[in-house]
Amino acid sequence: MADNEKTVQLSHGGGGKEMNRLIKSIFFKAFNNPILASEEDAALLHFEGQAAFTTDSFTVSPLFFAGGNIGKLAIAGTVNDLAMMGAEPQYLSCSFIIEEGFAIKDLKTIVDSMAEELHKSGTRIVCGDTKVVPKGCADGLFINTSGVGRVLKPQISVKNLRPGDAILVSGDIGRHGAAILMAREGLTLESELVSDCANLWPVVEQLIACNIEVHAMRDATRGGLAAVLNEWAGASNVGINVEESKIPVCDEVKGLCELYGFEPHDLANEGTFILAVPGEIAEGALEIIQRYGHCQQAAIIGHVEETHPGKVVLKTPWGSSRYLDLPQGELLPRIC
Amino acid sequence: MIALKQLYQGFRDPETIHNLAKEIALHAAKHDGNIYIMEVCGGHTHTIMKYGLNQLLPDNIEFVHGPGCPVCVMPKERIDHAAILASQPDVILVTLGDMIRVPGSNGSLAEFRAKGCDIRPLYDPLDALTIAKENPGKQVIFFAIGFETSTPMTAVLIEQAEKQGIDNLLFHINHVLVPPAIDAVMADPLAKVNAFIGPAHVSVISGAKLYRPAVTQYGTPVVVSGFEPVDVMESILRIVKQKVDGVAELDVQYSRAVSEEGNVHAQQKVDQYLTIRPHFRWRGLGPLGESALMLKPEFAHRDAEMIYREKLNVPDIDDHKACQCGDILRGIAKPKDCKVFGRGCTPETPLGSCMVSSEGACNAYYRYNGV
Amino acid sequence: MCLSIPSRIVALHPDEQAVTVETLGVKRKVSSHLMNEPLALDDYVLIHIGFVMNKIDKADAEQSLALYQEIVEKMNEQEAQS
Repeated sequence: MADNEKTVQLSHGGGGKEMNRLIKSIFFKAFNNPILASEEDAALLHFEGQAAFTTDSFTVSPLFFAGGNIGKLAIAGTVNDLAMMGAEPQYLSCSFIIEEGFAIKDLKTIVDSMAEELHKSGTRIVCGDTKVVPKGCADGLFINTSGVGRVLKPQISVKNLRPGDAILVSGDIGRHGAAILMAREGLTLESELVSDCANLWPVVEQLIACNIEVHAMRDATRGGLAAVLNEWAGASNVGINVEESKIPVCDEVKGLCELYGFEPHDLANEGTFILAVPGEIAEGALEIIQRYGHCQQAAIIGHVEETHPGKVVLKTPWGSSRYLDLPQGELLPRIC
Repeated sequence: MIALKQLYQGFRDPETIHNLAKEIALHAAKHDGNIYIMEVCGGHTHTIMKYGLNQLLPDNIEFVHGPGCPVCVMPKERIDHAAILASQPDVILVTLGDMIRVPGSNGSLAEFRAKGCDIRPLYDPLDALTIAKENPGKQVIFFAIGFETSTPMTAVLIEQAEKQGIDNLLFHINHVLVPPAIDAVMADPLAKVNAFIGPAHVSVISGAKLYRPAVTQYGTPVVVSGFEPVDVMESILRIVKQKVDGVAELDVQYSRAVSEEGNVHAQQKVDQYLTIRPHFRWRGLGPLGESALMLKPEFAHRDAEMIYREKLNVPDIDDHKACQCGDILRGIAKPKDCKVFGRGCTPETPLGSCMVSSEGACNAYYRYNGV
Repeated sequence: MCLSIPSRIVALHPDEQAVTVETLGVKRKVSSHLMNEPLALDDYVLIHIGFVMNKIDKADAEQSLALYQEIVEKMNEQEAQS
């Protein structure tokens, strides 16, 4: 980029010289690989066996938050969706919708985080698109990523839960949702809390390598733990029992929930996943997960039953139980 | 010094709750007949349902979930007021949390916001000052809701607007009072309630003295309780003991935060700016005399109800005929007795007051009960 | 709407009639307009929609917790005997 270009202009999306400069000096530089550099209309890829394919759009506000930014989220989110299907993330596409006037410096920071995150999972961006829209037509920057990957562990499915399965969570819950809330305008809060935003492929790869029989696996993004468990109970037509005291939650997330009346299990995560494995191998799976730095809080939080199919029951430490329902109402603005 | 963590962990301790449950059962066994305890405040309803305290009590103790959720008791015509105000040119409507989701006769404020009205939920009423300062060309209207707990904050906001000369901040006052709601419940000869758990934060502001008339008039125990589960269980124990002894007294379990007189400074602020409103229609309970507040005449220049009165000509709107909220609030019916509960009336599409907010009785039953 | 968690005062801003409070590692600035009595660092207070409502009586809270502890011990003794 020329040094005098400080913000993205409509001309950067016009298909001409300026656009070429933006793409080459920022995107190609960061995402550099032979397939992308070939500049064909479509990327040519080779696959063997079953492939998983997913897409996600990222519209988080604010764009920068404690523990990450929209770029990190856009890579980790799509990589995680592939990983949750037992697929090794291989190729990603990436589209930017940029609001006129967006700071080039911020765009560079975001793109650098994306490159760093790609590196962690050994994934490549092989095609992309850039649009610039007039001021007011987007909120700074929106990113879409799609991803494909080779399925290494087939038959992981929301329909696959069986009575006797243990439910595990890979870390303490609610940190992404809480971090976004704290960064939100109007809530002048201070804390040490950072988002859990992280790439889950390394830990999933290890579970697959150790031949852990995973029945279901999902990252607990929007809707949090409550949404994942309810989807599973419904799709597999089983009952899920969870012990509230076993669910790991850090102090700051608890604090935010107490202050505003939220529940940690309703808050979003971006680097925490839930898995169902046969009860007898749950301890082994837990031990593997806990080897990873961001998963040290991993825990077995419940089990699957035949009773109350389609429902999730939360057992409280006070000896009572209640249904864990889907979150409802307007909890947060855009979080991912 | 006691650690901050102890202040809530200690009051949520499972073992203490278990033992209080046993004590309650021991004493309740000595009582003939049922004890119907009304927890007036939505915060207590939330605690009871979240911690499942009703599951820990003997059969002869029943909860009647009272009318103490400010969002639930707001009649539809007042929500329509908010929507009409928000639809006026150059108006920003600001209000607290849950209010945004409750449907009026033409939709909720969230729906009006989606249509392009500038409606902003606040966590802190003082943010209305900032919004008014940042938007000098617009009228910022604070749609004020809440019981005695939230009224002093509105008073401070009025005070600051006056002091700082912020002329574009107006108020639509919907503050309601607890004692008239208790009177309305007890006025029904069928009402079963024979004991009250007194609200926690209302009492922090207004003082325990607020309930003396009710204790005398209705001969029912009133125990002012904190919001933690141990607080509620201990309050129930104190109620049961009074019932067994055949006495009716005002008792303060939440003595770490509640005094007889309350926060007098806060009460004075309210008296400075607000006065009793002759009539207010409560959703579920109907019109109640002297049950709410309004701006004093000398602050008419800030009263959105006065300034926009020609636009706010909305007739009273009753709830769906099948809705039994009135009976549920009086303890005559349980949520499950209502024909529309869980069918036509759900948290997503509430027909009556008890379903609209997470603190309403039907809403809490819908989400938490039936395990 | 009513949330019960107490907070600890960690900073005073008398010029703005405000204090900074902390709960479980989360700090925020709240108004002290409704408090006539002086506030001090390490006071425990209740907050409602951005305002300090009152101070919590620490000695009273300690007494309550001690009483609960007694109940727990009494129950345990009774159960041991029966």
